[in-house]
Amino acid sequence: MSFDTAFMLSTLPAFFKAVGVTLQVGAIAIVTSLLVALLNATILVLRTPYLWRLVKGYVELARNTPLLIQLFFVYFALPSLGLKVSGFAAAIITLTFMGGAYLTEVLRAGVEAVPRAQLESGRSIGLSEGQLLRHVILPQASILSLPALFANFVFLLKETTVVSAVAVPEILYTTKNYIALYYKTYEMLAVLTLLCVLIFLPLSLLLRYLERRLQHGQFGH
Amino acid sequence: MASSGIELLLVSLPQLATGAGQTLAISALGILFATLGGVLYGVLATLGKRWLNILLQVYLELFRAIPVLVWLYLVFFGLPIFFGLSIPSFWCAVLVLGLWGASEVGEVVRGALQSLPRGQREAGLSIGLGGWQLYGYVLLPQALKRMTPPTINLYTRIIKTSSLAVLIGVVEVIKAGQQIIERTYESVLIYGALFLFFFLVCYPLSAASRVLERRWAHA
Repeated sequence: MSFDTAFMLSTLPAFFKAVGVTLQVGAIAIVTSLLVALLNATILVLRTPYLWRLVKGYVELARNTPLLIQLFFVYFALPSLGLKVSGFAAAIITLTFMGGAYLTEVLRAGVEAVPRAQLESGRSIGLSEGQLLRHVILPQASILSLPALFANFVFLLKETTVVSAVAVPEILYTTKNYIALYYKTYEMLAVLTLLCVLIFLPLSLLLRYLERRLQHGQFGH
Repeated sequence: MASSGIELLLVSLPQLATGAGQTLAISALGILFATLGGVLYGVLATLGKRWLNILLQVYLELFRAIPVLVWLYLVFFGLPIFFGLSIPSFWCAVLVLGLWGASEVGEVVRGALQSLPRGQREAGLSIGLGGWQLYGYVLLPQALKRMTPPTINLYTRIIKTSSLAVLIGVVEVIKAGQQIIERTYESVLIYGALFLFFFLVCYPLSAASRVLERRWAHA
């Protein structure tokens, strides 16, 4: 078994591009998921009539079904309903569908984790509901949510490998493509593993560090 | 249309059920190995052995840094090349789900064991309990309430993640669905059925996890 280094080097530009696609899909999905989650969490916290139940249903559906089926539904089933989307668009839509639900739960849990006494104290010194939200609830809820938010961002970025199933040219798809074209399985798996360790390991370690740091940032510690 | 849709579902039910059986088999075996491995991991991680902790940390970080789907391909393509070992894709999926699940369940078990008051371990040791007795009679039973809800949640993740097995060629429920779609072009109906299948399996588990967590919050 020999290691074809020349071949590995020749694939570097393609993998460089693939890393770009992975990061791009991940970054877009994180932003859109966060927007969906902010809207949904507001609806849940305010208990907006009817909409509240709809959001609950969406969160349960998205969290209890596999990403791959959501992806295949968007990519293969929606066209028969007259909605044809590209692989890239399907990837963003699906990751947002799933990520939005996870982040909704994170934000809701963050708001609920603010101690009741904080709300009561705020009201007792005469804060309006708006002031209460701005000066008491959100500052504490955002700190409480941060570790879980970061964890879900990293999770979403890792889940982008699944969208290789609809031919989005990210790192895993590029690897599979090269294996199919040149049978350089050995070399390509090495590159893929290296890329994962380079991209995801620092994020994973950073996440662990933030979790430890933020534990000390919570009220009462 | 509606009646033909229901007819189609009824006709394709046996094929879907066979696939669903495979999905549930992969999930169940993955959950079994994840649980056994996870408890072992949790116990080993709380023994206070430095070299063991480093080893477990490397194992954990490898499974956190490298996505499950990448692991599936590494095992599926890599085992034959690196070790001359060719195992069926079904068992590749079970192996990866088991190893990945064990790292996740293991972290939960470790956290639950470490959250117990130190006095429990010391009291157990002071009345002369050995390692097995200490963990079997004192520590694990007390940690059980704290680790069960998050572990059930991880089970739903293992079940959902088992769907990735279709990408290395396991003929499970998605593959069965795709074969039916190739014949009938009823993609919305079949993917709808697949949604429903996973939801019906995972939702009760998520709900149970939530109820138990609330009930045992102060345990």
